[in-house]
Amino acid sequence: MSRVIASIWFLCLLPVQAQTAPAQSTRPANLTPEDLARGKQLFEAQCAPCHGIQGTGGKGANLARPTLKHAADDDALFATIQNGIENTGMPGTWQMTDREVWLVVAHVRSLGRVAVENLPGNPVEGKALFASRGCAGCHIVEGLGGNLGPELTEVGARRSAERLRQCLLEPGKALPDGFVMVHAVRRDGFVLEGIRVNEDSFSIQLRDLANRFYSLRKQELQTLEYQPGATPMPSYRDKLSGIEVDHLVAYLASLRGQR
Amino acid sequence: MRFAPASFLLPCLLAAQVPYERIVKADGEPGVWLTYSGNYQGHRYSQLAQITPANVARLHTVWVYQTQNNRTEVSPVVVDGVMYVTEANNVTALDIHTGRSLWSWTRPIPKDLQTIGFGRTNRGVAVIDELVVVGTLDAHLVALDAKTGAVRWDAEVADYKVGHCITGAPIAVDGKLITGVSGGEAGIRGFIDAYDAKSGKRAWRFWTIPGPGEPGHETWTGDAWKTGGGSTWVSGTYDPELKLIYWGVGNPGPDWNGDSRPGDNLYTCSLVALEAGTGKLRWYFQFTPHDEHDWDATEIPVLINATVQGQQRKVMAMANRNGFYYLLDRATGEFLMGTPYAKQTWAKGLDDRGRPMVVPNSTPSVHGTLVYPSLQGATNWFSPSYSPQTNLFYVAVREMGSYYYKGEAEYKPGTFFAGGGERALDGDEAWGAIRALNPATGKMTWEFRLKSPPWAGVLSTAGGLVFGGSNEGNFYALDARNGKPLWDFQTGASMESNPISFLIDGKQHVAVAAGRAVFVFGLTGN
Repeated sequence: MSRVIASIWFLCLLPVQAQTAPAQSTRPANLTPEDLARGKQLFEAQCAPCHGIQGTGGKGANLARPTLKHAADDDALFATIQNGIENTGMPGTWQMTDREVWLVVAHVRSLGRVAVENLPGNPVEGKALFASRGCAGCHIVEGLGGNLGPELTEVGARRSAERLRQCLLEPGKALPDGFVMVHAVRRDGFVLEGIRVNEDSFSIQLRDLANRFYSLRKQELQTLEYQPGATPMPSYRDKLSGIEVDHLVAYLASLRGQR
Repeated sequence: MRFAPASFLLPCLLAAQVPYERIVKADGEPGVWLTYSGNYQGHRYSQLAQITPANVARLHTVWVYQTQNNRTEVSPVVVDGVMYVTEANNVTALDIHTGRSLWSWTRPIPKDLQTIGFGRTNRGVAVIDELVVVGTLDAHLVALDAKTGAVRWDAEVADYKVGHCITGAPIAVDGKLITGVSGGEAGIRGFIDAYDAKSGKRAWRFWTIPGPGEPGHETWTGDAWKTGGGSTWVSGTYDPELKLIYWGVGNPGPDWNGDSRPGDNLYTCSLVALEAGTGKLRWYFQFTPHDEHDWDATEIPVLINATVQGQQRKVMAMANRNGFYYLLDRATGEFLMGTPYAKQTWAKGLDDRGRPMVVPNSTPSVHGTLVYPSLQGATNWFSPSYSPQTNLFYVAVREMGSYYYKGEAEYKPGTFFAGGGERALDGDEAWGAIRALNPATGKMTWEFRLKSPPWAGVLSTAGGLVFGGSNEGNFYALDARNGKPLWDFQTGASMESNPISFLIDGKQHVAVAAGRAVFVFGLTGN
């Protein structure tokens, strides 16, 4: 049947998933090298699109760490993989058997055993650069800062250093999923350019660069153009030296949420 | 002291007197909505014409009913002043003037119940004589007294502990209630059941997976048939002249790993035509032999007349989950035509008997195989609509591909038996549409694009409108002739439901469920 069965993203919206948590399962003992290889294979096929091949994060969290926010121990990690995390993009994996989930648990734990990434920069220097180079004008960190860009309070928990570096140097190639800027012209000639905040089949909500919200009816528009790769975030390639970029990446990587 | 307004004192005929003959003639009584799809033929078409392209802009909310516990996918039934709505294990009778409850019946959901592969929901009731009949998550079929909600009979259809479940609306035919069952991801052996409307005793059972010695059993290997799936979770349709029931059958189990079940795996992903009196198989047609993409054939079989190659034929039209639109002769099951109505990459086409010519390497793999449509299909359980006025077949289409994965499949009673899964392409890579097809050729006449692949069906009306819903909460009306958007309303919740239309005090209304609410709309002003 599987009507709903759905696409993974859809299932993750269903509260029923929490209600149908399967019976407790115990980790199989004595995993063979073949088992571990299978866990890696499952991870690369079904988890890596969001968490990265090395588990260093992307759309999903960075998993290449010794401790994980939603999974203090293996049982919790099993439950997180099987049930997903409510109100996030993390779906449950109803389509894997218990054994397959345990193989993925083993692989995720092996990711955390790699040496903690030794970043060349100095986070203290990075914090000073963040303040002096205008970053705080657009980004909130721990409650302070401007609000045009995404909040960065937990960005280090979600993005690998490599991805953070790309955000600074080539921001148009490292946009979050669903982020798009649009250029709209209303039938009365009014022109608007801004960040898409929400959209359905009949309307679109924008925030312009002066940080004002607009609600537009699609039927009232002459044109509606999406601008993939466009972002108000400038590239800092020519604005920061190599070591300054290192410092800033080290600072951003250290942002793991309010303590 | 004030007295109740006059409208409140109008006789509200709470006793739902719905003999079989009344349902047969449902098309002659457009003020009510007597079955899941409005009539036996699955048209989801209202002959009411008061709401038109010219006045639909005046459509406003009349009342809203909030469900008690769960989101609902109900297609309400309306009869004699009462609307019957459902959510999981609940039926509530509402006064159509106000949305106030007249009675409500709830069956507790067992604590150990699991819905394996779908949400806790229900899609509606069947009415017959003075009964309102509903299926439950714990796989009972329960007949309630239409006036009070008291239980008249309660039939255990199957054991919920091994994954059986009912979410679809039953259909009531001459003296019998017909129901299907969910469980295609739990390794059930599917069936379609009929129960005597008076006693609640089982009249017949048709197994969708033939047992040893039965025709079709040779399409299975070893014991695979015992856990072969073939669920029947969406309502079928009925031809009162031929006295045949048409019911779609779901995927084989395990879903995405067919290694343990070589063969065509009848009657999974098929339409079966059963004699209403006996449950005997008259004919079948398999859309997707040996399915490995979870493309249940549980879409609504729509019964229409069409001119095919110059001949007027009684046909069954189905926009199938596998991306093809089919026409079959509904008396014989003869394949008449089939053509894609959405992007599909798994078949080069259909041969002259309707069998797909499968593209090599389009089956699930360990590293994922990208195939269109996604496992949710080019459409799904939500209803299409056929308008005899425009002679168009309207269908809500999902344009979405998926990476299909092959995994392990070990049968343990009451757990997932799926053997893999999918990762759907979503975000801006996926979209949806309402398409109007020529019912005889499957050729598209128009389309209205939707932001994302929908989960709501369509209603067409004699007023020249098509109503539909979106994932983003829009309930909307299109011009039935050209698809032009004419009106929309934000319901505030993703819509996974089918609209209906009926009269309140002689005035046309439209109802639809969204999230945990049922909305009723009517025209304001003169």
